[in-house]
Amino acid sequence: MAKTMFDKIWDEHVVIDEIGKPTVLYVDLHLVHEVTSAQAFEGLRMANRKVRRPDLTVATVDHNVPTTDRTLPITDEISKKQIDTLDNNAKEFEINYFDMFSQGQGIVHVIGPEQGYTQPGKVIVCGDSHTSTHGAFGAFALGIGTSEVEHVLATQCLVQKKPKNMEVKVNGALPFGVTAKDLILAIIGQIGVGGGVGHVIEYTGEAIRSLSMAGRMTVCNMSIEAGARAGMIAPDETTFDFVKGRPQSPRDEDFDAAVEHWKSLSTDPGAHFDKVVEIDASKLSPYVSWGTNPGMVASVDGLVPDPTTLDNPDEKVAVQRALEYMDLAPNTPIKEIKLDKVFIGSCTNSRIEDLRAAAEVVKGKKVNADVNAMVVPGSFTIKLQAEQEGLDEIFREAGFEWREAGCSMCLGMNPDILMPGERSASTSNRNFEGRQGPGGRTHLVSPEMAAAAAIAGHFVDIREWK
Amino acid sequence: MEPFVKLTGVVAAMDRENVDTDQIIPAVNLKRIERTGFGQFLFSQPGWRFLPDGSPDPDFELNKPSYQGASILVAGHNFGSGSSREHAPWALLDYGFKVIIAPSFADIFYNNCFQNGMLPIVLSEANIKNLMEKAQGSYEGYEATIDLQNCTISDGQGLTIPFETDDFRRDCLLKGLDDIGLTLQNEDKISIYEKSH
Ligand code: SF4
Repeated sequence: MAKTMFDKIWDEHVVIDEIGKPTVLYVDLHLVHEVTSAQAFEGLRMANRKVRRPDLTVATVDHNVPTTDRTLPITDEISKKQIDTLDNNAKEFEINYFDMFSQGQGIVHVIGPEQGYTQPGKVIVCGDSHTSTHGAFGAFALGIGTSEVEHVLATQCLVQKKPKNMEVKVNGALPFGVTAKDLILAIIGQIGVGGGVGHVIEYTGEAIRSLSMAGRMTVCNMSIEAGARAGMIAPDETTFDFVKGRPQSPRDEDFDAAVEHWKSLSTDPGAHFDKVVEIDASKLSPYVSWGTNPGMVASVDGLVPDPTTLDNPDEKVAVQRALEYMDLAPNTPIKEIKLDKVFIGSCTNSRIEDLRAAAEVVKGKKVNADVNAMVVPGSFTIKLQAEQEGLDEIFREAGFEWREAGCSMCLGMNPDILMPGERSASTSNRNFEGRQGPGGRTHLVSPEMAAAAAIAGHFVDIREWK
Repeated sequence: MEPFVKLTGVVAAMDRENVDTDQIIPAVNLKRIERTGFGQFLFSQPGWRFLPDGSPDPDFELNKPSYQGASILVAGHNFGSGSSREHAPWALLDYGFKVIIAPSFADIFYNNCFQNGMLPIVLSEANIKNLMEKAQGSYEGYEATIDLQNCTISDGQGLTIPFETDDFRRDCLLKGLDDIGLTLQNEDKISIYEKSH
């Protein structure tokens, strides 16, 4: 029977499959960070259990770490405690660990691929919803809760009911100025934040094939914002080139054998998808979110919606409420929305390609006087590379703050937050109420669009940028 | 998880209904990074366990001298209602309670108890009243024995009360199996998988 890539990876990982019970799946890679792991390790300790496969477990600190001088003491007590706790747990349970001062430190979803831990065909879990990022390599990667984290630590298995298959086929080519971020915002705008619920999305089609690994990660990262359990893209030469030569990647003949296997994972012709959505890439433009969920998006040359023109009463109320929170009048041109802060970072858009693209936009220009702008690289390695390429200079000269790696203002667990009423253009993935700080207002955009907005002080159409 | 087979301990009576998870442990006390250590916050909201100066309130039932070191709690209807947070059973367990007996429980709390190696027992109101009176009337601590193998509560004074519990859950407790324990029952299958991959 013709199988999807997801079916194949699932089948390869079944440890126990009994009728009437959820499947027990083997986990190849367990990523761990400081926020959701403390009680899981404590659980192991209380039950006198060990981590079954420390060699398949990789931890780092990202959510709480300061993005300013790390030699200074951390002022927030709970942040400090969570970081210290992971330090100790990693030592005690002998798992791979990139601490706050390590060259391998970074956002967990950035360093997995960077170090070569993330590979096609793997089942990857982490106590974090954006684990979907790793699906860009043709892996089944999903976020789990703390009790499941403990379960995986102890058993290296995950108890799961199999989700359904969904295909999002992106035909044609992305026009000039339209990025992977715009593509995923457009997809969520079309299928809605619940459009992927209960499904694993496989992204296919010409526009997906032409994306770099960074772009593919951006797309898969936000699968979760579409409600999907996971997102995946079939591995190809772009994937193999990326994986080759990384610290944890297979070497020489092993690598060749792995590539052979990875190639066999692609969805068979005629395999069944429970749901299929087609998108025409050539019709897309740069997008900006105007509301309080990632499905509330508009083209940069469009307007903020007018709730009075909507027929669906639920939608009308939702739009009204969102506009109120965002302090936006109906029919405001997107380009007239003024900004207080610009954040370039997060596991969605903080890779070297993102930073290069943003630097290209701001080169030789100055950040608008009313705007506070910052760049937070996704990892220590990316930061170093950017500095070698002189990107930090470009950003600094333009008036951006250049920070240490971490989640930073994506969720505001460290001191990088929006003040009540402040408005940001952010390259992150969630624009929920208060996500970047209580009362803060977030507009999701691509790195290029964020960079241009920082210079102009309001949104601009990157396609017209000079 | 420790197996739960048989336990003899002091019985404490809490003659209140609808004790909810916020009363069991107030939200401000959830910020620990462990599951343990929540016992100090058990029933710590104003007007319950502690006086404003932080000393134990002698009028709060659990502070009775005869209840000190109790491991069995007898309470009123709908115990553990409210949130799904496991901090509630964690706090009770950390304080010392391994068995909670009530005429009815909130569903989620009931399940959370089993996840943490605790035994919630549903008894008729008549039996609850009987147990509470014995606990309240004792000066040196009224002890009872909970036998999960035979599903009985007895007190050495001639009292024996049978109780019912879910077979699957009972089996897990007797063997000390939580969900992790259950998966590990098939450890051979995990090892076989690991060897062949
Ligand atoms: S960057 Fe944001 S979305 Fe990504 S892991 Fe960190 S907090 Fe979560």
